[in-house]
Amino acid sequence: MVNAGLPAALTCQGLGKTFASGNRVIQALDGIDLTVAPGRITGLIGPDGAGKTTLMRLAAGLLRADAGELRVLDLDVSREPLAVQSAIGYMPQRFGLYEDLSVQENLDLYADLQGVLAAERRGRYAELLHMVGLARFTARLAGRLSGGMKQKLGLACTLVRPPRLLLLDEPTVGVDPVSRRELWAIVQRLVREEGVSVLLSTAYLDEAERCDEVILLHQGRLLGQGTPASFSEPLAGRCYLVNAPAISKRRLQMRLAALPAVADAIIQGESVRVVARAAGPLNLSSLDAGPADVEIRPVAPNFEDAFIIRLQGEHDVTTGESPPPPMAATMANDDAAVIRVDRVQRRFGEFYAVKDVSFEVRRGEIFGLLGANGAGKSTTFRMLCGLLPASGGRLEVAGHDLRRAAARARGRIGYMAQRFSLYGNLTVAQNLRFFASAYGLTGQRWRERIRWALDGFDLARHADMASGDLPLGYKQRLAMAAALMHEPDILFLDEPTSGVDPLARREFWHRINLLAEQGVTVLVTTHFMDEANYCDRLVIMADGEVLAQGTPAATKARFRDAERPDPTMEDAFIALIEQRAQTAGEPA
Amino acid sequence: MSARRGGALMRLRGMVRKESLQILRDPSSIAIAFVMPVVLLLLFGYGVSLDARHIPLAMVIERPDANSASFAAAFQQSEYFSPRRFDSIQDAEQALRERQVDGIVWLRGDFSRRLLAAGDAPVGVILNGVDANQARIASGYIQGAWQRWLQTYMAAQGRELTLPVGMEQRVWFNPALRSRNFLVPGLVAVIMTLIGALLTALVVAREWERGTMEALMVTPIRIGELLLGKLLPYFALGMGGMLLSVAMARWQFGVPLNGSFWLLLAASTLFMLVALGMGLLISTVARNQFVAGQIAILVTFLPAFILSGFIFDIGSMPAPIQLITHVVPARYFVAILQTLFLAGDVWPVVLGNAAALLLLLLIFFAVLGRKARKRLE
Repeated sequence: MVNAGLPAALTCQGLGKTFASGNRVIQALDGIDLTVAPGRITGLIGPDGAGKTTLMRLAAGLLRADAGELRVLDLDVSREPLAVQSAIGYMPQRFGLYEDLSVQENLDLYADLQGVLAAERRGRYAELLHMVGLARFTARLAGRLSGGMKQKLGLACTLVRPPRLLLLDEPTVGVDPVSRRELWAIVQRLVREEGVSVLLSTAYLDEAERCDEVILLHQGRLLGQGTPASFSEPLAGRCYLVNAPAISKRRLQMRLAALPAVADAIIQGESVRVVARAAGPLNLSSLDAGPADVEIRPVAPNFEDAFIIRLQGEHDVTTGESPPPPMAATMANDDAAVIRVDRVQRRFGEFYAVKDVSFEVRRGEIFGLLGANGAGKSTTFRMLCGLLPASGGRLEVAGHDLRRAAARARGRIGYMAQRFSLYGNLTVAQNLRFFASAYGLTGQRWRERIRWALDGFDLARHADMASGDLPLGYKQRLAMAAALMHEPDILFLDEPTSGVDPLARREFWHRINLLAEQGVTVLVTTHFMDEANYCDRLVIMADGEVLAQGTPAATKARFRDAERPDPTMEDAFIALIEQRAQTAGEPA
Repeated sequence: MSARRGGALMRLRGMVRKESLQILRDPSSIAIAFVMPVVLLLLFGYGVSLDARHIPLAMVIERPDANSASFAAAFQQSEYFSPRRFDSIQDAEQALRERQVDGIVWLRGDFSRRLLAAGDAPVGVILNGVDANQARIASGYIQGAWQRWLQTYMAAQGRELTLPVGMEQRVWFNPALRSRNFLVPGLVAVIMTLIGALLTALVVAREWERGTMEALMVTPIRIGELLLGKLLPYFALGMGGMLLSVAMARWQFGVPLNGSFWLLLAASTLFMLVALGMGLLISTVARNQFVAGQIAILVTFLPAFILSGFIFDIGSMPAPIQLITHVVPARYFVAILQTLFLAGDVWPVVLGNAAALLLLLLIFFAVLGRKARKRLE
């Protein structure tokens, strides 16, 4: 519903904001002019450091603009921040739930702070709790809710007094697909039934598609504004799905990405999605893939295609170029299991973080652990790295039982932790030198491997920069280089793409593919369902248990029906969770 | 959507209720507010004593006779000493070196002869001076014991003791000279600093760390309401800690409360507000618990401990340090506490120090009013 007569939800003119960080000045927003229409969902899209959160905080009156004008609901934010705060609802990225208060007490607090009169509360609470599905959990401490439930409670607290404008800063990050779907349903209902205007930032490009309008930000500047279709339409006739049964889809993706006619190539389901540089028939004659069997289907462009192409114009995105030099040790692909996990459990007090998990990973595989936050992926990982002893069961890595020979097993693995775990105040080169020494490299080998890391990961330009100041994508590269210093045959990647924008994610998977091609076994956790298609095999976890195991194609095929002839990994995941909820009798 | 909405009182009630629930559910708040005071009180009430009691002494008597035995008995009976007999000065010195004794009292062979002849009885005293304070106290006590014995002896002989100058001592306010009597009241200031400044700084920093502050700030709450909402529950908690300490001082340690309880309560209220002001000020600078804790300990807790006159006498500090103590709020409160407990309602002392506290309070809250903003930068 478009309320044409209402004033704009948000307008800004020449909006600018800088931050000082050490000696550097960061231009977070630079001369932004835009209007957010009332009664609609407007998506704020952009890679990391685009200025999305800064814009949200400025609109909420939490920051003061350096330049330009910002009006929210026709109020000048810098002059009347309290009036603005009384009229809007804002849910920050990490919503401020008090984990030691119950669901009801959290609601009461925000009702008090928002001045909701006692007479109105009962009805509003019932409505909200029903909407977010927490009616049965009012007495539970917020800290004991699942990630998705917390997010929904956060939303309920934000809505306790019906706001006229709702600002949501990455509300779905790290949330499982089921809760993500529910959150979207709630937001859409609010817009439809209460006429709320919503400004929502997101890193999931498929969510951009669900917005009425999209604002594209990049490095503090406005790249465009319009309906999602207005972004993708120019790409009509340039998008294809390519299949080549003769070679693996990973190999196909790499070869396609390297072609000059191809602007972007990613794995989508069981095919490779390609965006050509120009309209017209796609010429894949130079594709070295047993040409007989290449199947090309034109498809409609989507927002992600448009996003990538638009941003490629802003800075060069490496998806095909600069492969890292091969690892010295190239291992044969055979079927030997290099990781064996047998009925492993991990208990923390009364709580089972991991229960009865079993799987095997073969040499040279990319093996995925899929699940929402809190599913037990990271705990499983830490046990495999010998960082956390298992409470029960058996773990074997590269033939070593972790209970007895954890140190020896650790020498064979590289581990990249979920959070940046290098030394932020050391330079890139110093970090590499330190890690090379820590892995016991000396002399010629030490020098060689550092050179390899600087060249192969394109870090030489930044060698003397403090690693804490690197852009996120480069930090990711550095962390990966450090984990590969000692040429491990097994690489553990814990949520390597969490919080990383789509551009950096593409580049990252490109590198992982190259490593797998060289015979390195890669074990990766992720909560991005679409990334699962890069894996050879995967397990889906929830609440510490394995729900499904197998190849992505087989996992998805289990849920193929008339309604969903071509289910996505997300469909499969949601179906699994629902199945489990039915048997357990508790909503996910 | 109704235009009517609750006002400041409702918002404040929400904040206070939330803080109170959090205090009740957070074991670390309870530990700092109630367990820590009890531990500190027990430690200082029983463990730390600046008095010298049962000082281990070596007693060397070269020629035992009736006089030297009577002298030794005087030491034996005193609760200040626990003497041990040694046969030779060499053995006694060895014991002193090995720290088995803190001092040596040495009666030479001519002790009785000189006592009878000249009426003075020279005694050799060697003390371990490593702990200078302890040595000074021991020296005074030994001298006192020696004089008293000499007096009794002379009186028994029907002779007058002739000392060049006689000194009549009287100790006021703490006649038994129990160090506990001034340590325990001073401790109340330390405990209240701990709750007011450290705990408050920590809980605000925790809100920043967990991201709850951002959500709070974007609600219509005014910054003053937010601060007051934090202040009230912790004020109650701090006063609770104060009452607990006073009760323990009075009944557990038998420290007399000579002044008015209401005056004590009033002074404590003032000091509690000052401590909370410091805590909130720290919280405007420190946004994680580690930094907040470090700053609070460094600028509030340690000065309250060391520079307040609670243990160390301010008068004997070097002049520059004495100057610094003037900005330590605990200094004024310790003076009030010690006066109220031991001397009574001495208005000039209480009012003078209370005025200083009030001045600091105004300064802290003026700075707080300028610095605290509903902004993230």
